[in-house]
Amino acid sequence: MSRLEVLKTYKIFIGGQFPRTESGRYYTPLDSKGKALANICLSSRKDVRNAVVAARKAIGPWSERAAFNRGQILYRIAEMLEGRHAQFVDELMRQGSSKVAAANEVNLSIDRIVYYAGWCDKYNQVVSSVNPVSSSHFNFSSLEPMGVVGVVAEQSTSLIGLVSLILPAICGGNSTVVLASENLPLCAVTFGEVIHSSDVPAGVINILTGSTEEMAVILASHMDVNALITSNLETKLSNKLALLSVDNLKRKFDYEVNWVEKEKQALHYISDLQEIKTTWHPIENVGGASSSY
Amino acid sequence: MKKELNDNWDYSSSLEAINHIQLKKKYNLFIDGKWIAPSKNTYFKTINPANEETLAEIASASKEDVDLAVKAARKAYTNVWSKMPASERAKYIYRIARLMQERAREFAVIESLESGKTIRESRDVDIPLACNHFFYYAGWADKLDYAFPNRKIESLGVAGQIIPWNFPLLMAAWKIAPALAAGNTVVLKPAETTSLTALKLAEIIEESGLPPGVVNIVTGFGETGAAIVNHPDINKIAFTGSTGVGKIIQKALVGTSKKVTLELGGKSANIIFEDAPIDQAVEGIVNGIFFNQGHVCCAGSRLYVQEGIAEKVIKKLKQRMESLYVGDPLDKNTDIGAINSKEQLQTIEKYLKIGLDEGTEMYQPKCTIPKKGFYCAPTLFLNVAQSSIIAQEEIFGPVLTIQTFRTVDEVIQKANNSHFGLAAGVWTDKGSRIFNLTSKLRAGVIWANCYNKFDPTSPFGGYKESGFGREGGLHGLSAYLKLS
Repeated sequence: MSRLEVLKTYKIFIGGQFPRTESGRYYTPLDSKGKALANICLSSRKDVRNAVVAARKAIGPWSERAAFNRGQILYRIAEMLEGRHAQFVDELMRQGSSKVAAANEVNLSIDRIVYYAGWCDKYNQVVSSVNPVSSSHFNFSSLEPMGVVGVVAEQSTSLIGLVSLILPAICGGNSTVVLASENLPLCAVTFGEVIHSSDVPAGVINILTGSTEEMAVILASHMDVNALITSNLETKLSNKLALLSVDNLKRKFDYEVNWVEKEKQALHYISDLQEIKTTWHPIENVGGASSSY
Repeated sequence: MKKELNDNWDYSSSLEAINHIQLKKKYNLFIDGKWIAPSKNTYFKTINPANEETLAEIASASKEDVDLAVKAARKAYTNVWSKMPASERAKYIYRIARLMQERAREFAVIESLESGKTIRESRDVDIPLACNHFFYYAGWADKLDYAFPNRKIESLGVAGQIIPWNFPLLMAAWKIAPALAAGNTVVLKPAETTSLTALKLAEIIEESGLPPGVVNIVTGFGETGAAIVNHPDINKIAFTGSTGVGKIIQKALVGTSKKVTLELGGKSANIIFEDAPIDQAVEGIVNGIFFNQGHVCCAGSRLYVQEGIAEKVIKKLKQRMESLYVGDPLDKNTDIGAINSKEQLQTIEKYLKIGLDEGTEMYQPKCTIPKKGFYCAPTLFLNVAQSSIIAQEEIFGPVLTIQTFRTVDEVIQKANNSHFGLAAGVWTDKGSRIFNLTSKLRAGVIWANCYNKFDPTSPFGGYKESGFGREGGLHGLSAYLKLS
């Protein structure tokens, strides 16, 4: 008799733990043949709010880590994802990808993580400035993370769209609440497992599955979320989220990008989610002292 | 009977184990991904300066061997490395960084065995920084456009690199990592007294699967270095070492198209103002000059103390020096390890004699010095004139000259009165004064209320006769690129 396969229960990822949704609700996205993929959590308002609390708690320690250390941790995500290559290819194929496309998507995701790992201790040097003010002050501007970033993952891909939005946010020291692709949610949940085993502190990345519109509306109107990024979202929903974002002046970005293209990775995806801080410091100027060159 | 703290307490030795390291008896040259015997079949011994025992035999590369290495580097550059996508190049460098991290402890022990530096230093400073340097530059490989916007960016070709004995693996990392990230191939020569960690790095490079010829390690003496400098098919020379040799290299390169960067000597000022946190400043003075036995190009070897606190600082400094432990580099209690070579010890001793002849006052704490091996007690010189030879020339040992000053203006003039301009330290509680001094001091690195801090992201290099070019940060990339 052949061995019976053990099926995986797909959960959500909040504060470093894997609960099912507190609401007990579920939905069943279908594969290309019309068969149910799994019983996926239909996350509730409370799940979103719990995830924001976890993200807020994580932001201090994460943003204050040495940039180099963040780089090491991001690189570790790539190492862990490489080790699970086959699992992701399998899930992508179950969600309708061809074998070649699936392998390409996983490879690109790994390389893109390595790309952003490298940026952690570099973007500030590229973007910061020393400002030649006319008075006797040392004046400099450097970047600081915005804080909690809501991420509405791209809908047409399961993995690469998710990776392309999360990585620049956490590279820059932000924490994230991520809404998985509604109809292709498998890789998002498994990616949470990769994150869990990659030394990423709990709460830096939180991943929820469910109705994108229902959850995005809650994220966009949440007063403790600092920025919201979406990708290839339909205009009506995007505008609705933009309107809701006004209440606490959420920074909102919608990227119309085909993330499967290799070159769709760049510094500005990091710097979009950064504030610029300028510091003034007096310079003593006592009579006569000169460097004489 | 009155007992002194230091008379009664001694440390039990806490020796680092050496049974876990892997060393061969004999090392050949690493050329084109293979270990090749030197063409003249000559080898030299490398010793442990702490006890003068032989560690291994090292191949001495001739002109012909260097030529072979350059040919391998050229072939690897043309056929493989320059054609590879930058993101793939990055992944090789990340691999090297990770393999180094995995074997960090072994590297630390070998570094201490051969160079004489304390195990605490090699374990906590040299090796981690070397790993981090590879990790950092790996990430630059596919981001060069961001470092130099609006420029046409090309790699140079084959880089010839010659490194010193004071930070053997770290200097290899400073040279190799940015060169590879920028898309060049490398022929590197370690110093003759410290070849082992560079050769161990070659083993890691082999293990990483880096294409053969991308990195070649040729060991040997000055003639080997000269063969690299004078080789017609090398595009870039990077040298770290003495100002004397730096000038010889620069002369040799006149009229060639070789790009050059030089990281040379120093005589860095460490300036203590009256409002400085004195205990921290004393630690900073000790770290500035006695770190790595003073074998540091940016060592804070000229101390300037403001008059009002001079007596207090000198008293505290002497007290602190009494507690410094000179001895076996592998003992975790040791503060000052072995001088790297007999030759260097003789140089330091020559300067101690010059100092005494110049009529200065010398101070050395009571300390026990091992009978075998090369050691030098930490040394202060007081009543030093600005024109004293010991305050002008680089000693490259645990020897500090002390002078006093009254005004900010005076100390700026005194600190800048040097042929060198590598680094300086400033100790004061007043932020506005720090920024005044950082803008007036003619040196490439200024440490405020700290000393001897290094980071892969932070450019390092000197003004004046301390050399030119920077290593570290995005600034360190330009040394290995043709920008037009």
